[in-house]
Amino acid sequence: MNVMDKLTILTDAAKYDAACTSSGLERRGKRGRMGSTTMAGFCHSFSADGRCVTLLKVLMSNACAYDCQYCVNRRSNDVPRATFSPPELAELTIQFYRRNYIEGLFLSSAVIGSPDITTERMIQVLRLLRETYGFWGYIHAKAIPGADPMLTRQLGLLADRLSVNIELPSQHSLALLAPEKKKAGILAPMAQIRDGIAGSKEELARYRHAPRFAPAGQSTQMIIGATPESDRHILTLSQALYDKYQLKRVFYSAYIPVSDSKLLPAPRQFQPPLLREHRLYQADWLLRYYHFRAEELLDEDRPNFDERVDPKCSWALRHMEQFPVEVSRAEYEALLRVPGIGVRSARRILTARRAAPLSFDILKRLGVVLKRAQYFITCGGKMLPGLRVKEDQVLGHLAALERPALFAAVPEQLSLFDGEVGG
Amino acid sequence: MSWIPVCYEYDGTLEGFLTCVFESFAHHEEPVCFQTPHEDACTLWDTRSVNTDRRKAVRVFRSMDARLGRGASRLVYRAFLTCLEEKEVHIYRFLQYGYQRERGVMEELGHPLVSVLQKAVQHLEREAHLYTGFARFSDHRGILVGEIEPKNRVLPLIRSHFTQRYHRECFLLWDRTHQEALLYQPGQWVIVPMEELRLSAAAEEELHWRALWRRFFHTVAIEERRNPRCQNTQLPKRYRNRMTEFCRDGEGMEALPGS
Ligand code: SF4
Repeated sequence: MNVMDKLTILTDAAKYDAACTSSGLERRGKRGRMGSTTMAGFCHSFSADGRCVTLLKVLMSNACAYDCQYCVNRRSNDVPRATFSPPELAELTIQFYRRNYIEGLFLSSAVIGSPDITTERMIQVLRLLRETYGFWGYIHAKAIPGADPMLTRQLGLLADRLSVNIELPSQHSLALLAPEKKKAGILAPMAQIRDGIAGSKEELARYRHAPRFAPAGQSTQMIIGATPESDRHILTLSQALYDKYQLKRVFYSAYIPVSDSKLLPAPRQFQPPLLREHRLYQADWLLRYYHFRAEELLDEDRPNFDERVDPKCSWALRHMEQFPVEVSRAEYEALLRVPGIGVRSARRILTARRAAPLSFDILKRLGVVLKRAQYFITCGGKMLPGLRVKEDQVLGHLAALERPALFAAVPEQLSLFDGEVGG
Repeated sequence: MSWIPVCYEYDGTLEGFLTCVFESFAHHEEPVCFQTPHEDACTLWDTRSVNTDRRKAVRVFRSMDARLGRGASRLVYRAFLTCLEEKEVHIYRFLQYGYQRERGVMEELGHPLVSVLQKAVQHLEREAHLYTGFARFSDHRGILVGEIEPKNRVLPLIRSHFTQRYHRECFLLWDRTHQEALLYQPGQWVIVPMEELRLSAAAEEELHWRALWRRFFHTVAIEERRNPRCQNTQLPKRYRNRMTEFCRDGEGMEALPGS
C-alpha cells in the first residue's frame, strides 16, 4: 500500500480525537536542530468543519486488537486497515513541517498486538524524529493504557505532551462499552505521567540538563453524548481531573455515530451534540481561568447547561444580587465574573482607571464589548444611558444575542486568538 | 503660540519619519500631512521635504524611550508598520500628547489618541500571528520559498519566529504587498526590498508532498460537523490563494511560488 493510501486511512481513523493543540511549551530553535515550539501554539489551517489544524494527527495503525463499541477502529468493524512504518511517518512529519503545514506530530495508535508492542513502535517513530532528524518541534503522543510503565516513561521523554483518554465520563459506561479498558487501567498511567512531570520539574530545578518528561503537560479527552451522563457529572469529573492529576486540558468530543451497536444511540437521525460540547468548553474555560467551581455552575436541580445562553451569563442571571458591578471600583475577581468581560478586558479596565476616570465611551475604546456586559455593570454609578430593560427580560435579550452565533458555534481553539490566556 | 501647519515629504522609512518629528519640534512646525515620493502631492499646505538624518532620528527615539517609556516607543515602532491610514499623523499626535503626559500616557488606554494606535497595532499583531501559521513554503532546490500578501508589514514581527523554526534551513519569505523579503541562511537574516519573485516549475517531489498535504487536509474534516461559516471566520478567504490546501498545482501560476 502506498503512503497516500495509508495517510488517508490513518487520518480518517484519527480525526475523531479532539485534542489537537500545539500549546504549553516555549522552546527556541537550536543550532543543528529542526524547529521550535511556542507557548500559545497556533493554527496552520482550518478544515471544513471549522476545526483548527495544527498537528499531523494520525494513527500509527488502525488494526486494533480491542473492540470498543464507540470507536471506528474496533476489531469488529469492517474498514480498511493500514499501518505506517516508522521511517514513512517520520519523513512525512518532517516534510510537512518544513513547508509550514504543521506544528508537529500528534501520534496515537490502535492497539497492535499488545499495548507494549504498540508503544514500542511509537517510540521508534519518536526516536527517529528526535535523534535522526534532530526534530525540535511539537510532539503529542498518546500513552496506551496497559503498557509497561517503563515504556510510557520513554515515550514521555521523547514527547512534549502526553495524553491518556478517559474516553467515557463514567466507570459504568466504560465497563459497558469498552470492556477491555478499565477505569483503573486509564487512571494508572495518568498518575504515572503526573508524577513523572512533577519529578522532572524538580530535577530540572537542580540540574539544567536533566531529562525533560512531557514538558507541555498532560491532557485527556472524553466523548459526549454517547452515554447518559449529565453536564454536571461531566464537569465535576473534569474538575477532579484538573485538581488531582494537574491536567493541562480536558477535551470534549461530541459523539459522531460511527457504530450501530445496540448499546449506543442509533446512527439514523442522531445529531452530534455540538452545542452541548460548546457549552462544556465554555464552562471548562471558566474553571481554568475565571476561578469558578463546577458546583457553582450546575447543581442537582439544574444538572445541564442552558442551551440559550453561555454558562457565565446563566450563572450571572441566577445571581443578580451580585450585580450591577461598579467598574470604577470592583476588584479584578468581580470584573471577571461579569458576562462579556474577559481576562484581557478586566486587565485593561484596571490599567485605564488608574489613569483617568472611566466612562462608557472609554470602556468602548478600551475594546470592552458591552453587548452582554451592559446589563451587569454601572460606570460612575450609572447604567449605560438609554438602557431600559426589566430584570426578567435580560435572559431574552442575551439569548437573542447568541442565536445567530450558535450555529457558527466556534470551537474552543478560538480562545487562543482572543489574546486571552492561551490554553 | 501656535505652530505653522506644514506637509512633510520624506522617504517613507521609520528613520525618515523620526527625522520629521525632530524637525517639527526644532522649527515649531505642525505636520498635518506626510507624503512619500510615490504619492500624489497634497497642495493645501506648504510642503517641505525632509532628508533622513540618522542622528536626529536616534535622538528622537532615545528621548521617546526615556520620557514616554519603553511601551510607548514600542507602540510607535509597531504603529509605523501598520496599514492605518495617515499613520504618520496619528503617531505624531500621539507623540505630541505623550510629551505632555510623559510615562502616564501608556496607561490612558481609553484616550482616543492612544486607542487608535493600539487598535491598529492589535490588527498588525493579529495578522502577524495568523501568518506564522498560514504562510506556506515550497522546497526549491533545497531552499524554502514562501509568499504572503498581508495588509500590514508583518515581516519584522514574524522574522524571529521563522528564523527559530528554520534554524538550519535557508529560506526566503516574500511580502507581495509591500514588496520586501526576509532572507535567511543559518546565522544570518536580512529584510530587503524585492519587487518581484520568479521561480521555475516545482519539482516532482515537491508536488508529491503538496498532494499528500491536500489529502490530509480534506480527510481530517468530519463530515457530520461541517461548518463553512466557522471555517470562514477563522480562516478568511483572503489568505487562501497562497495556501497549498486551497490551490491546485498548475492552475494560477501566481498561487504558489514555483508552481
Ligand atoms: S483501543 Fe482505541 S483504537 Fe482500539 S477500539 Fe478501543 S478506542 Fe478504538
